[in-house]
Amino acid sequence: MIESVFLGLSVASILLLIALGLAITYGAMGIINMAHGELLMIGAYCAVLTRIHLGFDMFMALPVAFVMAGATGALIEVFIVRRLYNRLLDTLLATWGVAIVLQQAIRLEFGLVFFGIHIPGLGSGLQNTGIPQVLQGSWQVAGTNLPIFRTFVIGIALIMFAVTWWIYYRTSLGTQLRAIARNAKMAAACGVNVKRINTIAFSYGAGLAGMAGVLLSGFESVKPDMGSSFVINGFLVVVTGGVSSLFGTLFASGLLGEARAVLAIIYNDVLAQAAVFAGVILIILVRPSGLFSPKQR
Amino acid sequence: MSTKLTRRKFLGTSALAGVAATGLPHIWLKDESLYANAATGSEIDVGVLSSLTGPLEVPERSLSDAVRMAIQEINANGGVAGRMINAIVEDAASDPKTFNEKAGKLVIRDRTITTFGGYTTASRLAVRPIYEKRKNLFFFPTFYEGSECSSNIVYTGAVPNQQLYNLVPWMVNTLGKKKIFIVGSNYAFPKGMAQVAKTLLEENDAEWVADEYLELGETEWGAMVNKIKNSGCDAVLSNVVSGPSIAAFYREFKNQGITQTEIPICATVATEIEISSMGNEFAAGSYSSLPYFQAITRPENKKFVADWKEFNNDENAVTHDPQHSSYFGVYLWKQASEKVLNAGEKLTPMAIHEALRDIEFDAPGGLVKTHAENMHTYFTPRIAQWGADGQGIIVDEGETLAPLPYAISGEAEGNLYCTASGLDSSKL
Repeated sequence: MIESVFLGLSVASILLLIALGLAITYGAMGIINMAHGELLMIGAYCAVLTRIHLGFDMFMALPVAFVMAGATGALIEVFIVRRLYNRLLDTLLATWGVAIVLQQAIRLEFGLVFFGIHIPGLGSGLQNTGIPQVLQGSWQVAGTNLPIFRTFVIGIALIMFAVTWWIYYRTSLGTQLRAIARNAKMAAACGVNVKRINTIAFSYGAGLAGMAGVLLSGFESVKPDMGSSFVINGFLVVVTGGVSSLFGTLFASGLLGEARAVLAIIYNDVLAQAAVFAGVILIILVRPSGLFSPKQR
Repeated sequence: MSTKLTRRKFLGTSALAGVAATGLPHIWLKDESLYANAATGSEIDVGVLSSLTGPLEVPERSLSDAVRMAIQEINANGGVAGRMINAIVEDAASDPKTFNEKAGKLVIRDRTITTFGGYTTASRLAVRPIYEKRKNLFFFPTFYEGSECSSNIVYTGAVPNQQLYNLVPWMVNTLGKKKIFIVGSNYAFPKGMAQVAKTLLEENDAEWVADEYLELGETEWGAMVNKIKNSGCDAVLSNVVSGPSIAAFYREFKNQGITQTEIPICATVATEIEISSMGNEFAAGSYSSLPYFQAITRPENKKFVADWKEFNNDENAVTHDPQHSSYFGVYLWKQASEKVLNAGEKLTPMAIHEALRDIEFDAPGGLVKTHAENMHTYFTPRIAQWGADGQGIIVDEGETLAPLPYAISGEAEGNLYCTASGLDSSKL
């Protein structure tokens, strides 16, 4: 039983990293970012490319992926999303388009194939990265073996949650972001530079997705369309937890991850997935604004 | 009720007649006159239909290339009874709907007499109606779940009996495994394979401890591998399909600390392509059952591997089972076509189909033969163990096995369900 709970936690951790970024962009900024999964994919490719060209391992790839995915996020915000604030459905369509462009660009070896430039290691196919030696194997708790790598994933997710919480509630950046979430015009009137804060927040969320990508590359092959399925699960978490609540996101990713893993072990995986979706529908029916929605005034 | 000829009616009718007479005459014709060009022209047009873009590009491009390589070789050696083959290559973009459209284009507009292509069952099912309706011919190269009997498709890949009749007894008797965990992706092929495997396990006095499925393409294997670990099984029979899902499975297996010596994975779908994409160290020690491996030591195969590397201009290019099947399919087709031409007949799809019965070819991986009744292929079944270099070592080679596409429903060599006259559905 300890093992299944632990597995659930590690599934939840990846979900948490993805959903935190979405909680900020969707919850606080009112943007549906369908390209979030592709930012994750960019992070995973950073792990592959830094390993091939610079000999980096996963620990060193994590900050690189954070910066690269964050920079890509900033570009998307400045050139596309910024022009679409307060147009929820348009942001969905535009970022979906961005997602397709990013996926196909990687498939065409970053689009450089047009110029006859070939980047070794960035092919259209599946790529893989190894796991550092220290993260292989398992450690024992109460007689059960727990894989070290999954422990590491849980650790990173919790640290990044703590950092996000600190930024959100303990820095002036976070205060400004929360002010924008409540009322962007009023915040602007009070001297908050809305554009700048939004760019930073969007880019931060993108960076988190990039880190999730690096961690995922330890579980599965890196491929251009690896992010698509995660963005759906990420939105499920955000909607279940309550759109602008960080603790809601934490709780909901834990809930969905655990439900998925425990049900998969007790019954089977296909049923577990169906049950999780059914559960989310029920929660949304009973509490349309999620489990942890702030009180409306 | 007037029969007066109005201007509108006149224009409409004459336009239609004009189209029928000049524009698209071949749409209305279904008989041999369609292939007049093919029968007398200097070149023979064939279609090559694979996904050159999209998620399935990696495996399917190699199939398209293998067909082109075979055609290039045949042309360099004098063609088909002196006539050159002209390949019309189409990209199906990893999409069954595009497969259907491009197949229609090849058959109707290009009037090709045969198409080599397809990879997934979805792609085969998408094109099948076109070839059946237009009485054309399609060569399908992938091992698949069987239970199909078409007089317009030639199957050059293995069917379940050719991957399992050797593997299951070998697991029980040679590896000494008695408790088998059967795992697969949740759709027809793995479920059919599991059904055949269970019967074989019972016949060999072994048992299956579980029969579990994961969504097609799923990459979160934590819970399933945990189940395998705690099931008390001593071997895994894997019918998992789709490269990313297979890769994630083997990775998780190693990450959870299970070694291939304790619980070996014996797979029916893992070819060189899947192994190299997951990272060789994760597959090292596991087994696969397929008719063809790059590691086959016959001199014919060594030449084939060298030719393939040269054709692709890539030292790391790998040969694999469906790629090998794509390649020799062209040679089977060539022999049948020559038989038709030498007999002085018109070269039509159905004439080639008729001539294909019992055609033999010494392929790089060994002798292959088209079954006279069900148009599937005889193979030598093989089991390989993967090494740390991503190449297999052949650990078992059986007697040639006849294809039994309905083995899942109880078909046996003395009691064929699919014959030249079609499927006997009363036996199902």
